[in-house]
Amino acid sequence: MAVLGEGDLRAFRTFPKLLACLAASGGNRTAIREKDFGIWQSWTWREYLIEARSLAGGLAECGFQRGDKVAIIGDNRPELYFGIMAAQMLGGVPVPMYQDSIADEMVFILDHAEVRFAVVEDQEQVDKLLTVREQLPNLDFIIFEDDRGLRHYDEPGLMSYADSVRRGTEFELGKPNFIDEEIGKGEGEDIAVMLYTSGTTGQPKGVMLTYENVISTSWSGIEHDNLSSNEKVVAYMPMAWIGDHLFSYGQALCRGFTVNCPESADTVLQDVREIGPTCFFAPPRIWENILTTVMVRIEDSGWVKRKLFSFFMKLAERIGPEIMDGRKVGVLSRCLYFVGRILVYGPLRDNLGFSRMRIAYTAGEAIGPEIFTFYRSIGVNIKQLYGMTEATALVVGQADGEVYADSVGVPYPGVEIRIEDNGEVLCRSPGVFKGYYKNPEATTETLTADGWIRSGDAGLIDGDGQLRIIDRAKDVGKLNNGAMFAPKYIENKLKFSPYVREAVAFGNGHDAVTAFVNIDLEAVGNWAERKGLSYTSYTDLASKSEVYELVGRDIERVNGSLAQDKKLSASQITRFLILHKELDPDDNELTRTRKVRRRFIADKYSELIEALYTGQDSVDIDAQVTFEDGRTGSIQATLAIRDVSIGGGGQLNGGVRAV
Amino acid sequence: MLEVKNISLSFGAVQALHDISFGVDQGEILAIIGPNGAGKSSMLNVINGFYTPDSGTILFKGVSRAKMEPAEVARAGVARTFQNIALFRGMTTLDNIMTGRNTKMSKNFLWQALHFGPARNEELEHRRKAEEIIDFLEIQAIRKTIVSRLPYGLQKRVELGRALAAEPELLLLDEPMAGMNTEEKEDMCRFILDVNDHFGTTIALIEHDMGVVMDISDRVVVLDYGQKIADGSPSEVRADKHVIDAYLGVSGN
Repeated sequence: MAVLGEGDLRAFRTFPKLLACLAASGGNRTAIREKDFGIWQSWTWREYLIEARSLAGGLAECGFQRGDKVAIIGDNRPELYFGIMAAQMLGGVPVPMYQDSIADEMVFILDHAEVRFAVVEDQEQVDKLLTVREQLPNLDFIIFEDDRGLRHYDEPGLMSYADSVRRGTEFELGKPNFIDEEIGKGEGEDIAVMLYTSGTTGQPKGVMLTYENVISTSWSGIEHDNLSSNEKVVAYMPMAWIGDHLFSYGQALCRGFTVNCPESADTVLQDVREIGPTCFFAPPRIWENILTTVMVRIEDSGWVKRKLFSFFMKLAERIGPEIMDGRKVGVLSRCLYFVGRILVYGPLRDNLGFSRMRIAYTAGEAIGPEIFTFYRSIGVNIKQLYGMTEATALVVGQADGEVYADSVGVPYPGVEIRIEDNGEVLCRSPGVFKGYYKNPEATTETLTADGWIRSGDAGLIDGDGQLRIIDRAKDVGKLNNGAMFAPKYIENKLKFSPYVREAVAFGNGHDAVTAFVNIDLEAVGNWAERKGLSYTSYTDLASKSEVYELVGRDIERVNGSLAQDKKLSASQITRFLILHKELDPDDNELTRTRKVRRRFIADKYSELIEALYTGQDSVDIDAQVTFEDGRTGSIQATLAIRDVSIGGGGQLNGGVRAV
Repeated sequence: MLEVKNISLSFGAVQALHDISFGVDQGEILAIIGPNGAGKSSMLNVINGFYTPDSGTILFKGVSRAKMEPAEVARAGVARTFQNIALFRGMTTLDNIMTGRNTKMSKNFLWQALHFGPARNEELEHRRKAEEIIDFLEIQAIRKTIVSRLPYGLQKRVELGRALAAEPELLLLDEPMAGMNTEEKEDMCRFILDVNDHFGTTIALIEHDMGVVMDISDRVVVLDYGQKIADGSPSEVRADKHVIDAYLGVSGN
């Protein structure tokens, strides 16, 4: 079977046209897989086309109009990707949404986008939509993929995916040319997708991206990483996230490679191992989690394995990245590394499902340099990428052989960047969005008249032309002694500790830096088990003085590393407390992509911050929590506050409680 | 579907069940409740064939049963879970669920040992069914996990899975929610309702949590000291004087 070259596919400027072409030539290649009933079920490009067409027919039969919005809600399922395609075939606009949002959060987006159709995964999502349906006069049809528990629902407009496809097939018999005509009407300049950015402040904003945006950005990523049609990726990040949309939809369709959908959110790592993806995309949080799991398992293993691991990891950290970048390394070290590859790195990579991985990306947030180095040292070609939804994800990425832990790389083909006087990074590219949906003020704030996007991130370009991101431009502050305070930088350092899951640093307008810490329940729980320390819950474990000591030691280590940096030695952490609950998107403390909502937390826990700066040893708190189903409750606790010793003394001005 | 008529059962001098009659209708969820020692589990054991009643008859799908072995009852379409989890602790979730298919396997062990041709096809068919159940109960992530390493709530779910694997027409659940936290209970309730809805399985369950019983059952039978003291819809039973007395005690008694 003839496999299409790049040139052939480049000619197509909408996804339905690309799909038709893929199905016509090379249609028996696997397009998408899903693990279901314990087996990987696959769809070829031809079947992809048939499914999407039938679904489109089903939508058309319900009176779908060009420009109608289709909400896509659920875990990564082939049927939901077909839903995106079906909407695009009919000139509609898919609006993928975060599947773990609670109903009230969904109302805003569904209402703002005037969503008429929703293609959702299961009963959970249907129930959420039904509870708020009264507030959504536009929402006419809800199509669900998994009919479990939904048989006796008889709400108007509610139908199963299978029904919809059946009706679509009949519709096509009656009007065989209709869908082809609709596909033909699609232009590159049309809006292809609307992605709502959760934003660290305010209401979500709907980023409108055209086919040109997504397709040209997809191609520049394909060129940058030399992706072929044989790539395998695992689609497990929320479909509402630009990263997933670009890799699992955009690039997959542009280049015609295979996307794999995991069985469930809990099985992702097992599924990754089975698939052995060639490209893998994960935010730092996932990389951290994998590393934590590895560390926990090593701690639990016998002493021979532990010794072997620690010996070879020390070696790998020293020379692994050098070898990967093709730099010179001594013969003896190289031989040892080879032994290490057989004994440790290879088996470890295989165990994680990273054996075939050619390219791995981390993006979304800054990654701890130590985490980054860990993966590179065992031979995983992890690279950083910097981007934003408004620029269709890709702005700056690291090229092979030019990978550094503290910078994010050079502009992608076709992207220009510049730095404003206040340090803010601006970019311009073919991926620059059309604007926020029904929000011209926000659009003019972000998009300059000559097409540059204000990223809101503070950064600088270093000597090698590499972009380095410091923090959110608005978060970078100053301590009272005038020293720069970049909270995220400090938090990322803290988060490298396997025991710290999340951290929030304070210091802007204060004399010294203090921090809230969330412990990692798995790692600390495991540690407590080994120590014979009993605990009942997160809150209980977090309040143990032994845990405070454990975390305190790691903070001292962070202070030691901060002390070495001239600009940041004033940012050493003087006091901290461990929060009684995990920061949670349901409580608005994190965004759905799990970024810290700094201002919200500062407001909500203002008493705690005050206590950190007034020298109290403990503070009482009564905080509201929201459960997964939207109910609320409260947790009362008394939190201890601890001082931490700081290194490189004398650098700090008076007024700081140094111990 | 199931008719229990004038069942009496005693262990020595202890009269566990005394002249009990009730029916379970096709497709309903029936709850059997009662204080400790009321004879609920004995009742289930009688239906299931573990105990042979001293007197009385059981009609299952219109056929009267004098004395039956548990295995025969299972083959006839009755599956159950136990108050104390009775899984094969050293086996994986999947293997445990596969054992539930035991009554449906027809090839003898020589065939199975050879594992090719018809025996292999049969196993594939059973595996497919087991996977449907794993999917249904959302336990994909623990498919290959040894059962003894699972938390209690999940073990209960695996046990339900094993019972479902037998594709029963009547499912007996002995305290499916005992020892669970609120969230696990809610999950379990949902699964029970889904089983009833999706497979059309008739369910008889014993439960102590009144909230759960009132929420999910179509009908409630109340036992006390081996006697049936009430039988009706949840709201009827809740208002019944005998039931209130049995549960809350009688003042001045």
